[in-house]
Amino acid sequence: MVRNEKLPKKRGWKNRKKEALLINVSISLKNKEVFQVKKLLFALCLVAILGVSAFASSMTVGLSVSTLNNPFFVILRDGAIEQAKVLDVDLVVMDAQNDPAKQVSDIEDLIQKKVDVILLNPTDADALVPAVEQANKAGIPLLTIDRSVSGGDVALHIASDNVKGGGMAAAYLVEQLGEKGLVVELEGITGSSAARERGQGFETYIAKFSDIKLAAKQTADFDRAKGMSVMENILQAQPKIDAVFAHNDEMALGAIQAIKAAKRQDEMFVVGFDAVPDALDAVKAGDMKATVAQQPWMMGVLGVMNGYLVVNGVELGVKFIPVPLKVITE
Amino acid sequence: MKNLQFKDMIRRYGILIGLIGLITGFSVLSERFFTISNMLIVMRQTSIVAFLAVGMSFVILGAGIDLSVGSVLAFSGAVGAGVMQNGGIFFGILAGLALGTALGAFSGIVITKLKVPAFIATLAMMAIARGGTLVYTDGRPITGLPSSFAFLGRGYIGNVPFPIILMLIIFILAYIILKFTRFGRYVYATGGNINAARASGIKVDKVIISTFAISGFLSGLTGMVLASRLNSAQPTAGMGYELDAIAAVVLGGTSLFGGEGELWGTLVGAFIMGILNNGLNMLNVSSFYQQVAKGVVILIAITVAQSGKK
Repeated sequence: MVRNEKLPKKRGWKNRKKEALLINVSISLKNKEVFQVKKLLFALCLVAILGVSAFASSMTVGLSVSTLNNPFFVILRDGAIEQAKVLDVDLVVMDAQNDPAKQVSDIEDLIQKKVDVILLNPTDADALVPAVEQANKAGIPLLTIDRSVSGGDVALHIASDNVKGGGMAAAYLVEQLGEKGLVVELEGITGSSAARERGQGFETYIAKFSDIKLAAKQTADFDRAKGMSVMENILQAQPKIDAVFAHNDEMALGAIQAIKAAKRQDEMFVVGFDAVPDALDAVKAGDMKATVAQQPWMMGVLGVMNGYLVVNGVELGVKFIPVPLKVITE
Repeated sequence: MKNLQFKDMIRRYGILIGLIGLITGFSVLSERFFTISNMLIVMRQTSIVAFLAVGMSFVILGAGIDLSVGSVLAFSGAVGAGVMQNGGIFFGILAGLALGTALGAFSGIVITKLKVPAFIATLAMMAIARGGTLVYTDGRPITGLPSSFAFLGRGYIGNVPFPIILMLIIFILAYIILKFTRFGRYVYATGGNINAARASGIKVDKVIISTFAISGFLSGLTGMVLASRLNSAQPTAGMGYELDAIAAVVLGGTSLFGGEGELWGTLVGAFIMGILNNGLNMLNVSSFYQQVAKGVVILIAITVAQSGKK
């Protein structure tokens, strides 16, 4: 089974690349603030076509990822690698293994390596502030991807609009339920911005419908195994559930296993978040009703691209680039 | 005769030779590695494991093991940070250190009085302290610490980061205690042969409880340094650090059966772990291979040290 998965997965990534390019253009069109960026993109293309590098020839981009033990961030990294190839820059990737202390050390190491720009996908909003300050002191521009930091000087933040994503998931779920039913919410790591924002968007939306009730809400730390065990407990406690919303796919996939084991898959459906390859397969197979697609590939692409622009002294004119989301139902 | 001396040298100083070899190798492979600023950074990064490893040395020399250091670190860091928000830096640090010491001593009492094996008692403490941290913090990082608290983990004296100075002070103090005090000799005697130690009038229970209290105290200190370094107390802080600390102690040539080993070896062991992390980062080695490399280095080091033993 695992082997069979490999081919479609790869194809999926390539599609994603195309999508990334399309969305890239659409962002530029939609958002006039980024208009400058579009012009620059054009300039970059010209440079690439002519095969002449007008900008600094050798550049090193440091990318510190919160964890590579999660397909989402692996795809983000792959997007960054791909874009680094396109721009012909060196990319150094570090994996913090979800340990803020290790990530601070990694950033220190990147500063020692004298990379030209740092792309940071922080493990924690507060713990990384000292590291960001160190990079500021060393004069190395720093961009945050997917999650933000609460202090220091950040050149640009690239992330999905998670509040909106939570709302989109809620809208789909409410529509499927016919505006009536009992809902379970599996939360991500308490205090993390993604969990907070997705939860906020989701709960604000369902609050508008008096017949949609939140039957249970528990944290499963964005983890598949925890998603399963937490769902097992909820299944024991709740005689009736109509739908489950998980703050990420890993928890959703764990919940699906628990629901199947309890033979209650006909009673309820599950909506995830992130659209990782496993989740897309589950949606295709009908095990998962829907997932909200973030575009980790695009985050990686945009990260390297904008890092490149910043190093070359381009005024971006914006502090935040929202990466679009979409609900995937098939 | 010569051969014997050579073997003896490897046994005693093999790990030091390994460290020098590692530094030389990384220096050749990356020009950014052997610079003063990078070495200071390595030492600051190492200090975290070094504090824990010094405490772990006391415990292991006394033929114990402490699996709870990572969790105790998190709990003391969290409580210390929590107290600090209202009570100020002094009482915050005091609370962190006191809690760490108390939890360590508690493990020691369970081990000696209730006759629970150290492995099990500290495994339980590992869960209790981690759970306590999550309860206390509600799973959220504690932030908003006073700005002057930054000195503990991020400050400098001259050009030297303060955690390095603290590490040296702790190391020297621990070295003196183990080498030149009666308590130090009792730790070795208890770890070497507990029955003989008891028969010769050493209050072995007291000695064992003290070693765990020291380990707890240093875990508490590490918790405070880490909270300062990260500008926040993280509920997940220190996960897996107990293994790094144990690896540093064992790399340093201390026997897991107790009574045998020296503290400087522990420091060297901690540095090997730190230098591996930093050096492999400098060489752009993928983080997946880094873990493999770490394991292989530990295996090689232990094998070399063992081969010199007979």
